[in-house]
Amino acid sequence: MKNLLEIEKVKIRFRTKGMLKAVIDRDKDPYIEAVCGASLTIKQGETFALVGESGAGKTTLARSIIGLVTPSQGSIRYRDQELMGLDDKSFKPLKRDIAMMFQDPVGCLSPRLSVRSIITEPFKIHGLPINDVTKEATKLLDMVGLPASFLNSFPYQLSGGQARRVGMARALALSPKLIIADEPTAGLDVSIQGEILNLMYRLQHELNISFLIITHNLAVVRHTSDRMAIMYLGRFVETGPTDEIFAQPSHPYTKVLLSSSPEPDPDAPRNRVMPIGEIPSLINRPSGCEFHTRCIYVEDRCRRDVPPNRNVGLDHDMTCFKSE
Amino acid sequence: MTGEGQKQTSENVLSIKDLSVNFNTEDGFIQALRRVSIDIPPRQIVGLVGESGCGKSTIINSILKLLSNNAEITNGSIHLQNEDILMMTPTQLRAIRGKRVSVIFQDPMTSLNPALSIARQMTDIQYRDQINKSTKRQRAIDMLTRVGIPDAQKRLKSYPHQFSGGMRQRIAIAMALLMKPDLLIADEPTTALDATLQIQIIELLKVLQKEFRCSVLFVSHHLGLVADFCDQVVVMYAGEVVESGDVRDIFHRAAHPYTKRLLECDPARIKTKTRILPTIPGNIPDLVNLSNDCIFKERCHIKDDKCPLTIAPLRELTPGHFVQCHLSQAGESQ
Repeated sequence: MKNLLEIEKVKIRFRTKGMLKAVIDRDKDPYIEAVCGASLTIKQGETFALVGESGAGKTTLARSIIGLVTPSQGSIRYRDQELMGLDDKSFKPLKRDIAMMFQDPVGCLSPRLSVRSIITEPFKIHGLPINDVTKEATKLLDMVGLPASFLNSFPYQLSGGQARRVGMARALALSPKLIIADEPTAGLDVSIQGEILNLMYRLQHELNISFLIITHNLAVVRHTSDRMAIMYLGRFVETGPTDEIFAQPSHPYTKVLLSSSPEPDPDAPRNRVMPIGEIPSLINRPSGCEFHTRCIYVEDRCRRDVPPNRNVGLDHDMTCFKSE
Repeated sequence: MTGEGQKQTSENVLSIKDLSVNFNTEDGFIQALRRVSIDIPPRQIVGLVGESGCGKSTIINSILKLLSNNAEITNGSIHLQNEDILMMTPTQLRAIRGKRVSVIFQDPMTSLNPALSIARQMTDIQYRDQINKSTKRQRAIDMLTRVGIPDAQKRLKSYPHQFSGGMRQRIAIAMALLMKPDLLIADEPTTALDATLQIQIIELLKVLQKEFRCSVLFVSHHLGLVADFCDQVVVMYAGEVVESGDVRDIFHRAAHPYTKRLLECDPARIKTKTRILPTIPGNIPDLVNLSNDCIFKERCHIKDDKCPLTIAPLRELTPGHFVQCHLSQAGESQ
């Protein structure tokens, strides 16, 4: 399969204070690195999941793909075309191919537009002519399983699951090749969560769309994705095929995450790797291995040296000194 | 009254009987709760599960009598030990809220006052106690240390925004337990937190519940946490309790078709990888125009023509395991 998207060693940083304040404070580096050196590839028709706690940089990395934040270093290639440094005019046609489903299902829909206008707006933005707006909108709603009676509804009238579907219809409007779904199931009940994920899978199957799913729900990742990456403080600590990572998590952080979502069974064996503490601040990154402050296997060298990226299986990498 | 003496009896800490609540809206009466009965025995953790809109929050608000003005309690009683909360005067209610019944809310940022320091908030809630300020302060420090706030003495001066989400929820727990309540209501206490913090908070609650010997009503839609944390589980659907029982009755021997479906839908329960996840077809019934029969009939996968067109009776399958269904039989092991 051909790579649709290639991200290589992307760094994204945000200013923490103004220019003048930095000079006064003699702060030579007034930045935090939200993403540092993340690399991933997404193949045609596959689902890639980005997993991590809040503040890990998942959303920032995803937003950089469609140019909503600009990386300071690295390369993002879509079908072998470099997206970084591209001017708005040449970027715009590429944005038709990459759609985004935002995190807040209701918040990302304009409260003053009807569903009909919301889902056909992408055509207007890209100057694409459509003959019959209602027909096109009905077709899109049908794809996401909503009846045409929703055409004249406004976002406040929609439930969480319905708003998600409208967001998905909008993402599908321009027949994209890649959809970035930021927390597609957050805040949904389990039965509706299943409906949304099944819908995404069906569309992927029918239209050969690739998905980049951002989530912290590991049960969702396990069933829906082909490959996954676990992010911690803006770095990937483990990447690989989903099945393999669930069967044999290598990085201690992956183990912590996996045992942090208890099974819905009161008698399930609880060999839990208890998480310690909270995610550190990006302003004061820990030395050496950045996970050492919360790791139960911590050794002296973890505090001192940065662990190398090691290959532990086919297409399965992780960043930890511990070999087994 | 410290409540210590009462905790020794086997009487339920909280007993909700046949509670029905309507909301008066433009579209008519929404029958948010119908004939809900829940018992919370001493020192037990009772989980309340169900999808959004099933009435979980209405139950909590009824217990605290914080229902909005358009709500009407049409039937039933809520007994806290021996007293009926629904009969209490506002003064009596004020005496129990925060003292005998306290709550941990979903979002700690909105349950703490952003304009007051933690010290101020934690001494304020001890307003009933006739002790001096420094003792109250010391109690607050002890409690914060107990819930795992490092350097509590210094952090007491801080404001809520200076703490991380997990720390804020720990503070909210400290405040809820400070008055040693008989009943702690935890309303989705971990939903706003990351997975690693979620499990830390649950482990903390487990330890504290044993230490303070209180009962807990744990409201959540995270079935994994409920299975991990609770002794008993109450399953609600569209304003009715459809099944209740010991945690193992619910997770291993679920009898109501809704409970079964709900458990099947949880992707965490499905061991082998599947791309098509199970769902519950259909929608929650309209709570304004309810027909007087089985609430789940529209979405039920086991219903048959023999199901009478009446409200299903609440039957006790095995001691303590109740189900409201015309069909369910006891002892179906999964």
